[in-house]
Amino acid sequence: MTGLAMAAALIAAPSFAAPAADAPDPAADLKAFQKYFRDKFPKVKFEDFVNGPYSMDEGLYRQWKEKEEFPPYEFALDLGKELMAKPFGNGKTLADCFPNKGVGIRQDYPYFDTEQGKVVTLELAVNQCREANGEPPYSYVKDEMAAVTAYMAFTSRGKPFDVKIPDDPRALAAYENGKRYFYTRRGQLNFSCATCHVQSPGERIRAEVLAPALGILNAMPIYRSEWSGMGTTSRRFTSCNSQVRGVPLKPQDEDYRDLEYYLSYVSNGLPISGPGARP
Amino acid sequence: MASSIRVRATSRGDTTEVQALVQHPMDSGFVKNARGELIPPHFIQRLAIEHDGKPVFVADWGPAVSKDPYLKFAFKGGKAGDELKVSWTDNKGATDQLTTKIQ
Amino acid sequence: MNGSSSDRATLSRRVVLQGIATIAVAGVAGLRFDLTGAFAAANDAYPEDAFRQKSEADAIKALYGKTAEASDKVRLDAPEIAENGAVVPVSVSSSLPDVTSIAILVPANPNTLAAAYRILPGTTAMVANRLKMAKTGNVIAVVEAGGKLYSAAKEVKVTIGGCGG
Repeated sequence: MTGLAMAAALIAAPSFAAPAADAPDPAADLKAFQKYFRDKFPKVKFEDFVNGPYSMDEGLYRQWKEKEEFPPYEFALDLGKELMAKPFGNGKTLADCFPNKGVGIRQDYPYFDTEQGKVVTLELAVNQCREANGEPPYSYVKDEMAAVTAYMAFTSRGKPFDVKIPDDPRALAAYENGKRYFYTRRGQLNFSCATCHVQSPGERIRAEVLAPALGILNAMPIYRSEWSGMGTTSRRFTSCNSQVRGVPLKPQDEDYRDLEYYLSYVSNGLPISGPGARP
Repeated sequence: MASSIRVRATSRGDTTEVQALVQHPMDSGFVKNARGELIPPHFIQRLAIEHDGKPVFVADWGPAVSKDPYLKFAFKGGKAGDELKVSWTDNKGATDQLTTKIQ
Repeated sequence: MNGSSSDRATLSRRVVLQGIATIAVAGVAGLRFDLTGAFAAANDAYPEDAFRQKSEADAIKALYGKTAEASDKVRLDAPEIAENGAVVPVSVSSSLPDVTSIAILVPANPNTLAAAYRILPGTTAMVANRLKMAKTGNVIAVVEAGGKLYSAAKEVKVTIGGCGG
């Protein structure tokens, strides 16, 4: 972490006119973050970071390629497509709530909504749409939510993450809060998100190969063999917190949304690859 | 309700390659649920494939086949537009089938 | 298995029905009650008994009524370390002539036989599927060709078992 902070400082220094050492600088964070992973894994092609542990282990890579021949998320994709077009009680559809009917837009989420004054993730936007149309919200962690976000990710594959931080102090504060959450240690194991996904990607924790934080959200939602099913970004965050024996927040808690904002922003430029399949 | 069966059948030269994916829990009977109770076995026992009405492949499965089973095989003959019928039966007597065309 | 009474009822009814079917087939074939195994040509029923066997030898015997010999003409592809025991990609192919069946066994599982495939005339001697493995152990491929059995084995390390909740 110290190395990362130092790298950030080094890169930030020449390009900005004497910034305060601790002034938030997302653009510099992004450069330092991506440089850290490129330097740590010189053999991994930049765009392959979105493939998580599969870009780090040849045996896993082959099994993944084999799965991709007929991927296990296939059924979720079909359901997602169906749910996007299925009329609500009032005749409108989920697709109506999104630009371009929800097709090819995954890379623009999360965004900072200046009217609501908060980060809106794709999952939150889906349920805000449902509730605005008098429909009950989906569970955030799997099933329908995983299916519609799978479909939206699939139609956005290859498009680079393009998360923006508008010129609004609240947006910058949300970004900083997400970053703080990412690097804060918690749980009985006293791990931060970064302990596993920045310090140790490619290494095994117990039996699993850790995914790099860079590009980790590009593959969401994912079919995890461990879950025997699909899970959303919300599920990934809550299960991560449980694995370090911490108490997970509620899905779409402000901290989680800010975390997603930070983590997506520093993966800007990497292609959307979701839905993914993971061990 | 969408079919539980997805099939990709492609004809290349004199061979047709078939890949199928079936949505099924394939419960082994050895796994417990969140309340600690065993989930009873529930798995596909037989999956059969016919090309233009003639059987080309029969799969007999036990509960050790993964959830949402996947299968790949190939047979001689078959050309784009030919009919391929995939059907399955599970240990509870449930069945499903899908007729598709070779690409 | 928790074998509720209704499960047992269904099962025994199926066994009875299957028994009738077997007798009917055997009747047509001239009352062949010899021990030819479930996969003998005249028998088209689901090999329920073979799937119940605990040992490799018993499962092969129940399925084919004979034993297999190792052969380098049986090609078995499986990962060295499974990413997750719940989904282990396994494929089997063979260059042997007259292949009529391919079976895949996982002796470390509670029941050994995982899958048995009938390779009908004109069908290529190749199959790929995804299997569950409870723990580290061999995967065994058995190929029936020209009435004889040939086999190959490969060890797959399982660090995350495929039978957990």
